[in-house]
Amino acid sequence: MTTKVITGNEAAAIAAKLARVQVIAAYPITPQSPVVESLSAWVESGEMPAEFVTVESEHSALTVCITASTVGARVFTATSANGLAYMNEQVWWAAGARLPIVMCIANRAMAAPWNVLNDQQDSMSERDAGWIQLYCRDNQEILDTTVQAYRIAERLNVPVMVCYDGFLLSHTVMPVDVPSAEQIDAFLPPRTDPLQIVDAADPRNIGPVTIADPRADADGVVRPGYMEFRALHHGALLDALEVIPEVDAEYAAAIGRSWGGLTWEYQLADADVAVIAAGSLTTQLTLAVEALRAEGVRVGVLGIRSYRPFPAAEMRARLAGKKLAVVFDKALSYGYEGPIAGDLKAALFTAETPPAVFGCICGLGGRDVSPENLADATRRAITDLDAGVRDRAPEWINLRPEGSAS
Amino acid sequence: MSAHQVSQSRPSVGEAGATGDWRNEAPFIVAATCVAVKLGKITCQICWSYCPDACISQGMPPVIDLTYCKGCGICAEVCPHHAIGMRAEAEHGVCTTDEGGAE
Repeated sequence: MTTKVITGNEAAAIAAKLARVQVIAAYPITPQSPVVESLSAWVESGEMPAEFVTVESEHSALTVCITASTVGARVFTATSANGLAYMNEQVWWAAGARLPIVMCIANRAMAAPWNVLNDQQDSMSERDAGWIQLYCRDNQEILDTTVQAYRIAERLNVPVMVCYDGFLLSHTVMPVDVPSAEQIDAFLPPRTDPLQIVDAADPRNIGPVTIADPRADADGVVRPGYMEFRALHHGALLDALEVIPEVDAEYAAAIGRSWGGLTWEYQLADADVAVIAAGSLTTQLTLAVEALRAEGVRVGVLGIRSYRPFPAAEMRARLAGKKLAVVFDKALSYGYEGPIAGDLKAALFTAETPPAVFGCICGLGGRDVSPENLADATRRAITDLDAGVRDRAPEWINLRPEGSAS
Repeated sequence: MSAHQVSQSRPSVGEAGATGDWRNEAPFIVAATCVAVKLGKITCQICWSYCPDACISQGMPPVIDLTYCKGCGICAEVCPHHAIGMRAEAEHGVCTTDEGGAE
């Protein structure tokens, strides 16, 4: 183990190298590009024995990963924003074909209008595509989670997006402990049991036409219909609720660091109020909590690591007895509310005495959001609750009146 | 997880089921017009090479397997001798109203 002062993108690239990926296919897009530039350099120098396939688009990048994964390779790609949107068709294919692909997402705002800065609209918009989505709070977690993601993906045959905030993490340096190759080799053995191998001597159609009802295949075996495959896939995502914490615990045993599995908390045990987010925003929330605690407000952080599967039961348990949950979303389901806020309200519907859930929209397109802003929004939410408010429209943090420059 | 839990199949005749029942129009070959029949040898066979579902066999004339033909009509389009036609699978009824609409 050595400590390096590196960006989130470098942490992601080092993790892919430590995972001994065999095929990388990627198309450059800000703020992801340095990830695959690093990998490209290592492949070119011979430092990394892998195939780097240059492609003309993100759609082709993921397609190459799909085909390589289909024949048993461990594969990696990374993208952001409109690049991810351009992949969309293959995002669904990778999941439906049950391929253990790992893709890093340096979260960036979606165009139009063009914006290269951070929010989480890109990956949150892929919520329902059948991938596992893990969000990272700092560069160390990016490295550790990307390695863990291969073990999760290969255990469940479900692809994993490792999401981290563009620029805030992707281009910001911080100390990161880099495990040795031997440590990671012991934790993550080569992919030994690929589900699908296309062998010229025994050819296969992958993802063939699968109609509504189960039907006997050419060998007389009754094969699932489309709906059965979807139920199996959903079951794998639900199994991930157990596998993600298991793998985190195994990583802790092997490497010595744990990230808490599905969710984590900070000063939440005795809190009346929970502040909730995913990604680097949670690091800022810990600072907001310290400021509020200094004023005597009993508040704590509930950080979301796994957004899909959504850890509904775990969040219900962590929020038992709380009066208020303030959710900070860096994404929006247009015409409704922030995606985490909406999902959390559904998760709490069966709670005995659920807390009020107040959503906030913040940081869209890189709009600055400081720990002071988060503390202020929490104070306003508490004031509303004390005034008897049980539900309210999302508050837009730092939204400026038209024409106001600052 | 078993291999049967992912969607895959061995290439074979009809691995997507009896897709002939997807068809609205069925192709038919007029043997007397087919150049292979007229020349008495396996020639042309353009319909066979263009069929996207591989359900035409080479022959004099070629043979269309209607168990799997989806009725796309490409064979009828590409036949240089216009020996292949398409006919409706069923006569569709015409909707009439009490006011005596379209007949």
